[in-house]
Amino acid sequence: MATKPEMAKIYIMGKEHQVPKELTIMGALEYAGYKYIRGAGCRAGFCGACSTIYRKKGEYKLYSDLACQTLVQDGMRLVQLPFVPAVKAKYDLGKLDVSKNTVLEYYPEIARCVTCNTCNKTCPQDLEVMEFIQAALKGDIEKSARLSFDCIQCGLCAVRCPADIKHYHVGQLVRRLYGKYMSKKSKNLEKRLKEMAHGKYDSEIDRLTRASKEELRQIYKSRDIEAAK
Amino acid sequence: MNILYYPGCTLKTTATSLEESALKATQALGIELVELKDWYCCGAVFSLSSDDLMHQIAPIRTLINVQEEGGDRVVTICDMCYNTLKQANLLMKENPDKLKTINAFLDEQVDYKGKVRVYHLLELLKEFGFNEIKKKVKVKLNGLKVAPYYGCMLLRPREVALDDPENPGILEELMKSLGVEVVENPLKTECCGSYHTVNRKEIVEKKTKQIVSSARERGAEALVLSCPLCHFNLDTRQLEAGRLPIFYFTELMALAFGLEVDFSEHRVDPKHLLEEKGILKKIRVMR
Repeated sequence: MATKPEMAKIYIMGKEHQVPKELTIMGALEYAGYKYIRGAGCRAGFCGACSTIYRKKGEYKLYSDLACQTLVQDGMRLVQLPFVPAVKAKYDLGKLDVSKNTVLEYYPEIARCVTCNTCNKTCPQDLEVMEFIQAALKGDIEKSARLSFDCIQCGLCAVRCPADIKHYHVGQLVRRLYGKYMSKKSKNLEKRLKEMAHGKYDSEIDRLTRASKEELRQIYKSRDIEAAK
Repeated sequence: MNILYYPGCTLKTTATSLEESALKATQALGIELVELKDWYCCGAVFSLSSDDLMHQIAPIRTLINVQEEGGDRVVTICDMCYNTLKQANLLMKENPDKLKTINAFLDEQVDYKGKVRVYHLLELLKEFGFNEIKKKVKVKLNGLKVAPYYGCMLLRPREVALDDPENPGILEELMKSLGVEVVENPLKTECCGSYHTVNRKEIVEKKTKQIVSSARERGAEALVLSCPLCHFNLDTRQLEAGRLPIFYFTELMALAFGLEVDFSEHRVDPKHLLEEKGILKKIRVMR
């Protein structure tokens, strides 16, 4: 018989629950009977859908993290934040007149940054959020894109920012600008796109869409994969 | 001579010719401006609210970086940055309690010790010596009649002024060392209207007209200044005929040292005037 797990007392939106200590916040919510209809994606720390805000026992500070990546602690008080209704600039990426002030045009509030560093302290990815906003402010789109590359768009930075900056949307804009106008063009990609346009892979796709579930399973099992090291 | 240098955002975006000419001109003097590895937007305007420490954090973070890079001083070129950094620094030096509050807030940083000094490039040039600068001149700017203009940020408030706030002379001295014929303008310390240029540009147009006409009436063919915002205002908001070119002091230095200058950011193109005076021809011949 399995040993009984050690339990923790947590408060979900103020209501007390007893949950096993080894669970993540996401697991604990499900254990307590909640069902995710949104705010849960990859369950592996990559998608940024499961932002959670919590307070630890005896502390006054509010913390934020990804629910799928954070273990519960005894006395934790928490709530899920499935969405951040931050304003997002509209632009046609193909028609932007790119200058050093492009980001300022779409997100002028970045000039309000007071370098309080709250965004860096909030980021569950440990990114240098303040630095990529500052780089955007200086027109250094390449640096801004590089520093924001691992952003998972959870939106927690924007929730905590006293200057109301929408860091994660700014990061998306600088990466798009970099990708579209500044990064080196891949010749292989152009070649492949042409091949696709000329129908090189159509017959293979047709074969797959017509295949039965059993055939697909066979194809999947016999696919070429890199050997595990 | 190496000195840590804080460019500020404007020099990296809309006033790149100011930075480019400043770096060229100082190099010609043997002064190496070493850009800080990490620096933050200064906030552009010093917050006058006595309890608003939040807006002092950005300049203090930059001063901490100066301190940690081993500098006892930092030089700025932009007048807005100069004023904001210097006022924030002064506030910390004079109010240990405020410094303590900010250091406590910046718990992820080492403390600011309040020892860094904030310089403007003009002060550094004065220290280098105008006579020394004169020796480096290859193309004397003789016959070019220029009125210096200071605006506000180099002179006000008095506590952070780099010269006599009522009757400054540092730009005049620099210009004379380059061979420029200095035209005295009684409105040289008037405000250009500053950020009113964003949503009340008629104020800036009026101030520009006063300042530029006053210089023109006294025989000036151009104005020379240091501040990127004054430059934008005086350069863009001149509406009447016979517009005068507005130079950055660093551009005239670069020209006098025989270096090429990119005037593409200027709305009033100075090239015609410089050709007329034979200055560009002399530089072409040297190359």
